[in-house]
Amino acid sequence: MTTLPNLTQKKLGLVIDLDTCVGCHACVISCKGWNTENYGAPLSDQNAYGADNSGTFLNRVHSFEVQPTGDEAAAQLIHFPKSCLHCEDAPCVTVCPTGASYKREEDGIVLVNEQDCIGCGLCAWACPYGARELDQAEGVMKKCTLCVDRIYNENLEEVDRVPTCVRTCPSGARHFGDLGDENSDVSKLVAERGGMDLMPEQGTKPVNKYLPPRPKDALPEFDVLAPFLEPVAQEAKGFLGWLDKTLEKL
Amino acid sequence: MHPAPSVIIFTTFSGLGFGLLFWLGIDPTPPTGWVAFVFWLIAYAMAVGGLLSSTFHLGRPERFLKAFSQWRSSWLSREGIAAVTTLVAMGLYGLGLVFFGTAWQPLGWLGALGALATVFTTSMIYTQMKTIPRWNMNLTPAMFMSYALAGGALLKGNITMAIVLLAIAGVVQVFTWVMGDKAFENSGTTMATATGLGNIGSVRAFEPPHTGTNYLMREFIHVVGRKHSQKLRIIGVVIGIVVPVVLLLLPIGHWIALIAVASHIAGVLASRWLFFAEAEHVVGLYYGKR
Repeated sequence: MTTLPNLTQKKLGLVIDLDTCVGCHACVISCKGWNTENYGAPLSDQNAYGADNSGTFLNRVHSFEVQPTGDEAAAQLIHFPKSCLHCEDAPCVTVCPTGASYKREEDGIVLVNEQDCIGCGLCAWACPYGARELDQAEGVMKKCTLCVDRIYNENLEEVDRVPTCVRTCPSGARHFGDLGDENSDVSKLVAERGGMDLMPEQGTKPVNKYLPPRPKDALPEFDVLAPFLEPVAQEAKGFLGWLDKTLEKL
Repeated sequence: MHPAPSVIIFTTFSGLGFGLLFWLGIDPTPPTGWVAFVFWLIAYAMAVGGLLSSTFHLGRPERFLKAFSQWRSSWLSREGIAAVTTLVAMGLYGLGLVFFGTAWQPLGWLGALGALATVFTTSMIYTQMKTIPRWNMNLTPAMFMSYALAGGALLKGNITMAIVLLAIAGVVQVFTWVMGDKAFENSGTTMATATGLGNIGSVRAFEPPHTGTNYLMREFIHVVGRKHSQKLRIIGVVIGIVVPVVLLLLPIGHWIALIAVASHIAGVLASRWLFFAEAEHVVGLYYGKR
């Protein structure tokens, strides 16, 4: 049924640290690699080596420039990985006419049963985050599964039983856990760092949280010789001084 | 939003077809025999043709039967059920009128109710989208319903009713555009809320995730079509509403009526094209576009 569960036993999700993400796209590649050969239909590419190439991805990294207001602080570049946020009030689930989209009662993961999907695209319309993409080869909707085929997979070593994007991230910017348990590592991290929701006004109640970039520190005066190297001449003299004054008058 | 021809044709023609079925269903002195046959043929060609057209945008149309199952939460599922109920009820009602010359009136009333429900549920598929602020308002169902009722009355030949309803549809359409133009700003969704970075400063999209395009950008970011939106709005209202009303005020003949209908359909197609082309999805904010 595409009605949402009132309560899920767990709220499995990701915590993404915008302060430490370096924008290397390793999570994008490992996600495509794992998910194209495991759960459901492959993630197809169209015209992969041509001029007009495109393909299905479950995770994409945007980059934003933020210009701080007020002072003359330097602009900040923030890399911004974006995938399904496994919302508590997932609008993509309730619009589904076939029951293919569902939110799991046991752990809160939002999944698509591809055998039931008619590829109408309404769930992608309903998602404000662009987390769902209709695979052009298979005609069914693809989305992040939170690597449901890894996290419970006892054939894998325990260290690997996390979503592949988390396992791959070289800068430790991605964390996986139960956000419904306030004593879990991820919940503590969210509390400590002021984890935030994307587009809270859309009322989707995302499970995934984003940790905002930490404030930039100011560079202290660290060079002991600097005071002795202040410019000696404050006013230009000689020919350049004359030129400056003359040009000023023009 | 990408203005897919299949969806524009679907909403325009199934709206007209179900509008006509509504007026046929509540007609106290319905046509019989050949006249009824022609009316039913037109109504079914439009309603069923529109519904079939909508299946062209499905990735897996062969599984369409599954779409009737989720009526408890999904407006698309409800629409399917309403449409099939209407077509069955009105089919039986038409059977009685065409071949037996008798009006099994309760079937007509059920069909009329179903026709209204079908157009309403269609409109709710769009209205429910919080992600597309231009659609997410009460005027959207009013616009769909008023067009369907006006077009249906026009096809049915209820001249006075058609003039009044066309005028109403025109007013609702203009209001929909005026309110729709402010909807995105009023929704409160901005690049600042989309990224959560607004408290640091002003946010600008610096680099997209990839150099090419993708499904999301093709489906949700359609900038080209908005260029001539003001001209198309005027064209839509003039040929969709004004021309048919003026023609209906003239001493009416079948040929003039045909021109009025053709003009109305062309106008609705133009307006419906804008309905999709002008609609902006909030996901565009992540790409620095709308």
